[in-house]
Amino acid sequence: MLNITINGRPAEAQPGETILEALNRASVKVPTLCHVEGLAPTGACRLCMVELEANHQLVPACSYPVAEGMAVGTRTPDVLEARRTILELLLSNHPDDCLYCLRNGNCDLQRLAKEHGIDQRLYRGKQTKIPLDMSGPALVRDPEKCILCGRCVRVCEEIQTVSAIDFVGRGCNAYIGTAFGRGLNVSSCIHCGQCVRVCPTGALVERNQVREVLRALADPNLFCVVQHAPAVSVTLAEEFGIQPGSDIDGRMVAALRSVGFKRVFDTSFTADLTIMEEGSELVHRVKTGGVLPMMTSCSPGWIKFVEQFYPEMIPNLSTCKSPQQMMGALIKSFVAEREGVEPRRIFSVSIMPCTAKKFEAGRAEMRQDHVPDVDIVLTTRELGALLRLCGVDLNAFEPEETDTPFGERSTAGKLFGATGGVMEAAIRSAHFLLTGRNLADLKIEPLRGLDGCKELTANIDGLEVKAAVVSGLGNARKLLDEVRAGTKQLHFIEVMTCPGGCINGGGQPLSTTTDAVKARMKRLYEIDGEETLRLSHENPWVTRLYAEFLGEPLGHKSHELLHTHYHQRDVVL
Amino acid sequence: MSNAVETVLARHPGAKRDKLIPILQEVQTAEGYLSEASIVRIGKHLNLPASKIYGVATFYNQFRFQPKGRFHIMICRGTACHVKGSARVLDTLTRMLKVAPGQTTREGLFSLEVVACMGACALSPALAINDEFFPKVSPTKIAKLLDKCRQQDAESAAVAVANA
Repeated sequence: MLNITINGRPAEAQPGETILEALNRASVKVPTLCHVEGLAPTGACRLCMVELEANHQLVPACSYPVAEGMAVGTRTPDVLEARRTILELLLSNHPDDCLYCLRNGNCDLQRLAKEHGIDQRLYRGKQTKIPLDMSGPALVRDPEKCILCGRCVRVCEEIQTVSAIDFVGRGCNAYIGTAFGRGLNVSSCIHCGQCVRVCPTGALVERNQVREVLRALADPNLFCVVQHAPAVSVTLAEEFGIQPGSDIDGRMVAALRSVGFKRVFDTSFTADLTIMEEGSELVHRVKTGGVLPMMTSCSPGWIKFVEQFYPEMIPNLSTCKSPQQMMGALIKSFVAEREGVEPRRIFSVSIMPCTAKKFEAGRAEMRQDHVPDVDIVLTTRELGALLRLCGVDLNAFEPEETDTPFGERSTAGKLFGATGGVMEAAIRSAHFLLTGRNLADLKIEPLRGLDGCKELTANIDGLEVKAAVVSGLGNARKLLDEVRAGTKQLHFIEVMTCPGGCINGGGQPLSTTTDAVKARMKRLYEIDGEETLRLSHENPWVTRLYAEFLGEPLGHKSHELLHTHYHQRDVVL
Repeated sequence: MSNAVETVLARHPGAKRDKLIPILQEVQTAEGYLSEASIVRIGKHLNLPASKIYGVATFYNQFRFQPKGRFHIMICRGTACHVKGSARVLDTLTRMLKVAPGQTTREGLFSLEVVACMGACALSPALAINDEFFPKVSPTKIAKLLDKCRQQDAESAAVAVANA
């Protein structure tokens, strides 16, 4: 333990940590723009400058190590002056179109400029003239608003190991771009949106589709239905300033009805259905000597990752569509039939914690007779914007139930929102499929928590099932390389593109912190602990759907509606 | 993939990322520029994403991403040439040719490159076309120079047709 002084007060620090870490522990805030929790510091933005009292030197807190007896000042006149100048220089080539920016009111640069009382433009720099890239299905890049902090580049490279974007050019001509300046749509971008989550300005945003949904809601010829993903109900509250980890499922359903959706479905129901199909597929593969290990296919960023980086492992992917696309296909077939509405007249919206779902909904495989199964995907953030726009007060609603025919979900389906959830749900049901009995203890502890890599060997009546759960594609890449090299023998792998799973998805509120992700995860586990229907195969509505419409898992109808195939993708790698 | 790139890569078996810049230089020497296909191929060899290589290559002025034109114009932007007005010369060139430094005109006739100093300060502002030096250039001289190049190109084309 080291003794240091922060602004004249004694504090403690660990050997080897940075000044910033010590400041955070002491709850002394300094602004940062390039720092990303968990990644090595780069010291690019210089905003976290603090003064060493020994020699009045200014050093970046994010990358300067603490030392015994060190005295730092975080609000000395020199520090405040330096910070102000740095901000003024960052703003010198900013387009200043805050009023017309998606991040207006929710922008780190704007907030810091306000906090530091910047009320005029002191320096006028050369404007960056790089065109807007709106070629992608999910993300929009505007290099003119970029401050070159490099967070997006590092998240893309170090966490996701995709490296779709990097610094291009040098000095004042540098910008963030793709290889050869191509659009995101033909790049190796997997549309996960983690870059949007870390971007401090409006340089990276989701493709906003709120207005398209509003137009559809106002169209009397359309029958608007909506589905919402398991991870949305535990995060939407944060968009309205309610503390992380609050579940507002029922009130969200009521709010969605109030803005004009005729039917509201819970994607967790098709998560249960995924378990039935995927579980049966796994059992089938194990019994018939099919391709193993089988890999989950719920996360569309991960699917694109396999298609472009590991095409030879496409046969390992489960053929099951993701829960969103299963629901989409059922809405435009089963629900259409039941409601007596032509599939073309159904406008199917889904609320997802994910930007890659926008890409998934647009895939050629995900349509029947040229009608897309899901018309528009909104992220949690966009739903927040839609509800605010419609003047909806979430507190004014009494919780409501989702609609039949997919009326009820099990908590196993709800667990899909967190890393390890799919595996936990699958093991519960696989145990039943193989033995006819349920597990004595449904809680599978080794699969829980925010660890990027988890493994479990389940012994189901003598049959050993080796399972692995990874989140964050860097972790997935490591595991795939081991599987390919033959050093790891596994049966079943769950992969979530975003670290921690959908609760930390690219479409979640921008205020997301590690603590918030933990709170969301805890809430999902609480829901699983509190409710009684905890098994996908015991969901009575799933049973009814098979009896009345689908037939049996892996049956003809299931294959037609709930399964698909993937192909190698030719992109610039 | 072109043989030139394969030949370069064969000289660097088992190379790691620290060999990126030498490889880029050798490929550019062999092919005259770095094509998209070459960059992707180098990426496969070094296990580096294309975006990263593109980022590194665009950092340096020496790399170009379009083939050189039949007339490769190098304009000096060194200190002496700057004092003598090379900025206006460059501005005239980019306007007349409708290309930025590092680019090639669409018909493949001219390519433009900015260099820091050619050691010809006494001739400033200086430029070189296919290694031939032109001293004390000015915006008015540029038009004549370009016309001369076009004429020369047309003549050699006529000769080629006659020979065929």
